[in-house]
Amino acid sequence: MNTQEKHIFGSVEPEVVERIGAAARDALRKNRKLAVIGSVPILLAVASAEAFADGLPQQIVDVLNYALTLEHFEDSFYRKANGTDGLIPAKYRGLFREIGQHETGHVALLREVLGSAAVKPPKFDFTAGGKYPEVFTNFKTFSTLSSTIEDTGVAAFKGQVSNLAGSPVLQTALQIHSVEARHAGSVRVLVGKPGSDGAFDKPMSKSEVLDAVKPFFI
Amino acid sequence: MTSDQEYPRRTILKWGAGAAGILVCGSMLPNFGISPALAADLGDGDIAILNYAYALEQLEAAFYTKVTDQPFKGITSQEIDAFTEIRDHERAHVDFFKKALGDHAIPAIEVDFSKINFDRRSNVLGAADAFENLGVAAFNGAGPLLVNTDYLAAAGTIVSVEARHAAMISALLHGPSSASAGKGHVSSKGLDETMPPSKVLAQAKPFIKTPLTAASLK
Repeated sequence: MNTQEKHIFGSVEPEVVERIGAAARDALRKNRKLAVIGSVPILLAVASAEAFADGLPQQIVDVLNYALTLEHFEDSFYRKANGTDGLIPAKYRGLFREIGQHETGHVALLREVLGSAAVKPPKFDFTAGGKYPEVFTNFKTFSTLSSTIEDTGVAAFKGQVSNLAGSPVLQTALQIHSVEARHAGSVRVLVGKPGSDGAFDKPMSKSEVLDAVKPFFI
Repeated sequence: MTSDQEYPRRTILKWGAGAAGILVCGSMLPNFGISPALAADLGDGDIAILNYAYALEQLEAAFYTKVTDQPFKGITSQEIDAFTEIRDHERAHVDFFKKALGDHAIPAIEVDFSKINFDRRSNVLGAADAFENLGVAAFNGAGPLLVNTDYLAAAGTIVSVEARHAAMISALLHGPSSASAGKGHVSSKGLDETMPPSKVLAQAKPFIKTPLTAASLK
């Protein structure tokens, strides 16, 4: 076995496979109980009330509202950027307009599925409390943040795939997930990173994602 | 091999619905050479899906191996880096499926790239673009067919890397642009393509000499 194989299996199997195994067992347990996922302190809206969207189980509603919250985040981010004169160089406007249109589409789609159970759009501070004051005036800051946000989106959807197993919404979630990965790949190339951090993309749990995006939520 | 590296195989043996094997089908199949043609039967259930993914990854790995072994004239260092990175990812995916499938894995497939002119940049990038987008659509279509959530989660760690590759290849063709963000493959609702195995295999067929049979895949 060469060094590369060692690296691949060294990281994939114990880390990812065992983790996904645990996530799957967790999901099965939750499915049996149909219990509401414990809400995370921030984003109370994410854990919605007792509403059922078109007969979807509460667990699915919670996953979709979590996804919708992240899509609102991305949609607002690109709306603001695409509407800011002088931020995006002419040759990259097509890229960010396309990404923005997809995020708007994701918001509309998730709201449609969730119906009255859909969370309200949260309010955002894209400077993250002053950490990125130039987010909409400096293209490098904006594009770097964009690549991080897209990578987080990919990992967030991936982290929920097992929770959606067996549900009719799984197909849609997968079709959103790979679009986020296309975005991540394109923006990473633009900012000079490799398109992917390796052969296997790692998932992030809901709490990991919410911790990461917390500074941007008011 | 340490015990944790055996995890996927153990899981497959536990969950596998049927064995995949080699069928020698001499006279029933087109004769590709002197020896009787070997047909690889993908098996049933989740095993068939994993073997299907394994075959597609073999196709991609073989393609990029050829691209990096015989680079087209005038290839840039950026292009060499991208092809090498993608090749190594595809090889890692091949190794992952081979190891995960264990005794259920189909043999190495024989590829046919006679329709691709590897001396021409446009042909190479065009084929790479087609293979990556086919891969994304294939994984998106296969996900909901998987019964075992561990396999679903594992497929999720790979499909987004394929989507990142699609973006990287598109960026080589068009620069970071609406195309690299997925335009042409993503619907107006922001959803990526999804394709059932029968359609994917039909599209991949011109490039795969080994006849693949799977009664269970639609």
